[in-house]
Amino acid sequence: MRRLPTALLIGGAISAAFALLALVSLVWTPHDVATLTIANRLQPPSPAHPLGTDQFGRDLLSMLMVGSQTSIAVAVVAVGIGLIIGVPLGLAAAARRGSLLDEVIMRGNDLIFAFPSLVIAILITARYGPSATNAILAIGIFNIPVFARVARGSALPLWTLDYVMAARTAGKGAARISAEHILPNIANLLIVQATIQFSLGILAEAALSYVGLGAQPPVPSWGRMLAEAQTMIYTAPMLAVLPGLAIVLLVLGLNLMGDGLRDALDPRLRRGRV
Amino acid sequence: MGLYLARRALSLTLSLIVASLVIFAVIEVIPGDPAAYMLGLNATEDTLAALRADLGLEGSKVDRYLAWVGGMLTGDFGISYTYRVPVADLVADRLWVSLPLAAYALILSTAIALPVGIIAAASRGSVADYGIMGATQLCIAIPNFWFAMLLVLLFAVTLQWFSAGGFPGWDDPGAAIKSLTLPAVALALPQAAILARVMRSALLETLDQDYIRTARAKGLSRGQAVLRHGLKNALIPVLTIIGLQFSFLIAGGIIIENVFFLPGLGRLIFQGITQRDLIVVESVTMLLVFAVILVTFLVDIAYALVDPRLRRR
Repeated sequence: MRRLPTALLIGGAISAAFALLALVSLVWTPHDVATLTIANRLQPPSPAHPLGTDQFGRDLLSMLMVGSQTSIAVAVVAVGIGLIIGVPLGLAAAARRGSLLDEVIMRGNDLIFAFPSLVIAILITARYGPSATNAILAIGIFNIPVFARVARGSALPLWTLDYVMAARTAGKGAARISAEHILPNIANLLIVQATIQFSLGILAEAALSYVGLGAQPPVPSWGRMLAEAQTMIYTAPMLAVLPGLAIVLLVLGLNLMGDGLRDALDPRLRRGRV
Repeated sequence: MGLYLARRALSLTLSLIVASLVIFAVIEVIPGDPAAYMLGLNATEDTLAALRADLGLEGSKVDRYLAWVGGMLTGDFGISYTYRVPVADLVADRLWVSLPLAAYALILSTAIALPVGIIAAASRGSVADYGIMGATQLCIAIPNFWFAMLLVLLFAVTLQWFSAGGFPGWDDPGAAIKSLTLPAVALALPQAAILARVMRSALLETLDQDYIRTARAKGLSRGQAVLRHGLKNALIPVLTIIGLQFSFLIAGGIIIENVFFLPGLGRLIFQGITQRDLIVVESVTMLLVFAVILVTFLVDIAYALVDPRLRRR
């Protein structure tokens, strides 16, 4: 077996560690993040609180662990929306290349691309109230054209191949060919793209929560922890540093994993990558 | 070229129409009474009715949409509900913060990215190349608003070289530019990282081209060949990304303005949101989307001027 790329190993390990933290925090955290102990506020790191406490006396490590749930959940569902809606659209466009359907899907995609995603996310959350669900929707909508484009682009060349021709002669319809023969062959590219969108989703969620349009209190989220820390940047700079480090580390891990996966799954792409 | 221009202009117009429809739909068509939303739970029936009349909510949706779009075409963005002044006036002041900020960040990003990308490409495989690629990988992962906070922590809190936020106005250009510096750096860094990677890979791509080999055969050194012949070609993808980044900088500025308390369009939108002033939110959003779509259009045109091949497609 070929040696796995180092980027994949490092990135995968970081990502897995965060996933594990988030899972563990579902059942156990060092301290309860719902209890506020003002007497304990702004403690420096100690054996009881490895990363110290925040302005309400909550354990920072526990807060970060629970916060990872929000980030990961939002990004996962947003990527899911993109995959579930975008990929079938892209496959359909590729199956009917040059048809009206193809035109409509691709022009629709162009339009969504032309929008600054952040502005629309702000618009949606402004009108329907800030919540994690609306943040997911706002981020997810912009994943649809990305996946549609990748699916269409990578499916198009496959339609000219012999095995697809054979499947057609055997009487299979376009939908069945797309599902049985095209999809498995473009899955690699979709997985790589999903990793990239996942890391972009984490960043987008953090930005929305930071401006108060993401998950609402008392649900801890990294972006909002940063927003709250900003008001105390003179007295408790660590509160502003740690959640940001968590975001950077997870996004870096996902990006490395994406690069590594791309190398491992498709050596042809190794050159000329950005 | 004429035909190309016409087609791009048509697609620009279409994008703007669809964008305005989407924004209008999100704000006004989808269930829920905008007037009730703006006034909150304690509004009386009278004030609700008055606001509905103010907003023109009694008329048909088609009429309202046409009035909104028609108004914007003539520079009338509606009257802000909370400030009681025309939105156009609110926007005009704030534009002079948001646009310079985006332009400043774009200049910084380009000035950092191009040399860095060229150095990395020129020393492919060396320690410098790996160092640069690693650093850009890290910068891409940094949320710009958090980087902004770190800048405040270092340069405003610890070193006290800059103020932590606010904007003194353009009466003193030096002070104005100084107050935009930290925000511009925060906006520019992640963009510069992306741009440097694009520059590097675009330049590496040209190294294998025949014209570089020809130039080398004619006696140019590798460095000369790349700088004289490769760079020009490598700039095409780089220009696209710069164009895309400008629109991103306009949008990204919304968040950064909040970190530094800059009185720009981003602050205006968020004030509109917290005050539930949907008129401000609707018009300013449209304006931002317009700016982004217009920049994309201009980049396309600039492109066609530079590269004749694109006009024929």
